[in-house]
Amino acid sequence: MFPFSFEWIWDMSHIIFMGGLWYALSILGAGMTFCIIKAILATANGKGGHHH
Amino acid sequence: MDSALIPKGVKRCPIWQFALGLGVVGAVLLWGVYAMFLCWFKGLNQTNMNDYYGFALWIWADLAVIALGGGAFFTGLLKYIIGKDDLKNIINYAVLIGFICYSSALLILAIDVGQPLRSWFIFWHANVHSMLTEVAFCLSCYFAVLTIEYIPLVLENRQLDKIPFVHNLTHTMHEHMAIFAATGAFLSFFHQGSLGGVAGVLFGRPFAYREHLFIWPWTFFLFTWSAAAYGPSFTLLVTRITEKITRKKLVKDTTIQLLAKISGWMMFTYITAKIIDTVYWATTTAPSLGFSLKDFYSNNPVYGYWILGAELILGGVIPALMLITPKIRSNRLLLTLATILAVMGVCLNRWVMVLQVMAVPVMSFDTWAMYYPSWQEVATTVLPVAYGIILIMISYRYLPIFPNEAELNPLEPETPVVAAADTEEAAEEGPEPGLTPAEA
Repeated sequence: MFPFSFEWIWDMSHIIFMGGLWYALSILGAGMTFCIIKAILATANGKGGHHH
Repeated sequence: MDSALIPKGVKRCPIWQFALGLGVVGAVLLWGVYAMFLCWFKGLNQTNMNDYYGFALWIWADLAVIALGGGAFFTGLLKYIIGKDDLKNIINYAVLIGFICYSSALLILAIDVGQPLRSWFIFWHANVHSMLTEVAFCLSCYFAVLTIEYIPLVLENRQLDKIPFVHNLTHTMHEHMAIFAATGAFLSFFHQGSLGGVAGVLFGRPFAYREHLFIWPWTFFLFTWSAAAYGPSFTLLVTRITEKITRKKLVKDTTIQLLAKISGWMMFTYITAKIIDTVYWATTTAPSLGFSLKDFYSNNPVYGYWILGAELILGGVIPALMLITPKIRSNRLLLTLATILAVMGVCLNRWVMVLQVMAVPVMSFDTWAMYYPSWQEVATTVLPVAYGIILIMISYRYLPIFPNEAELNPLEPETPVVAAADTEEAAEEGPEPGLTPAEA
């Protein structure tokens, strides 16, 4: 799963498969982190008092 | 009792009725949970799987719910990437249905692996030469996407939305949903395709084997295509069932018609490709491997030519033609019939590609290997259905799933008795008679 795992091999299959997995996870992780930080900042600035 | 949690401007059934419904479906759920624990504690000997059937009812259910859950990724793609904004009226429900379908698929796999505590092995010790590894990766990641898409719906609950941070988080997530939807569409394309690819690369099984385009067999593309075509039909069918049960109109006709039309055209193009694929396989691929079409549909008690006809014509051509014809599509009864046929068609396709593949004799000394699921397999396959119904019931009651519900079902004005009481109260609270406006 990681390049430091004993069974890791630097071949095309590992790079494509694991690269794809980490790429997708990175987008999701970064996206959620961004949303949470933006929400914290908005709350700190006093936004969010208006409800739907 | 729970009225503070119910969305504003809509009416829900009394709590006792809701609890009764939950109890009935919950009993079915418990039956499935009991069978699940039997499989986990006693092992896969509780099933009728054997050396012929390493893939059986569970894998069919898995493939079927993943295809039916395709409505979430395709509707998301249409709304967020292609810009079909009218689908905003149904996207929440498509996400909920997708979330149920994919969590069900993962639940079934957790039972199927026998030792769920070792599920993480597929990530840690990944076999990077297997299409199923790609399926496992994409399935897990896409489930994460669906969870991210479902979270804002949960946070929009009336009470949760009062918390400023939650309100801001919901707003921000809605703003950036296109990024998640695009990632979801990318992941779905690959795992739907690879599920089909698994059948298409079985060169030792001429019933499933197909010609390739580069490394991908035709089944790769057909599975993705069929999920995008039939998934929205399932969303429409579940919406219709929900409308029938709640006796309300929940989604605008324009939205229903748009999704039905798109689903119909996708289905029409898919079934055309599928028929071409079947003809080429029957006349070229299978004969080149020493088989004729008759070998796959005779000398057994179940699988005859009827199943081919039911899949291609009854579950493919007919619903596709019904959905692309505006007059038929605009008739609610016929629209429902078309979606039922479509759902049946895609489920039958997945059955054929999983179970008939296993049943067909391959060697000259082989006979047809028939399989009947054990009750534990049936119960654990019914389990996700019960779970899905419960999640829909809870979500519908407490979350604003249908944005047009209040507009389409305006609440009746207060009864005259209540109105009269209100008037009296107002009169009591009003100024004393005889006072000037300033004194009042």
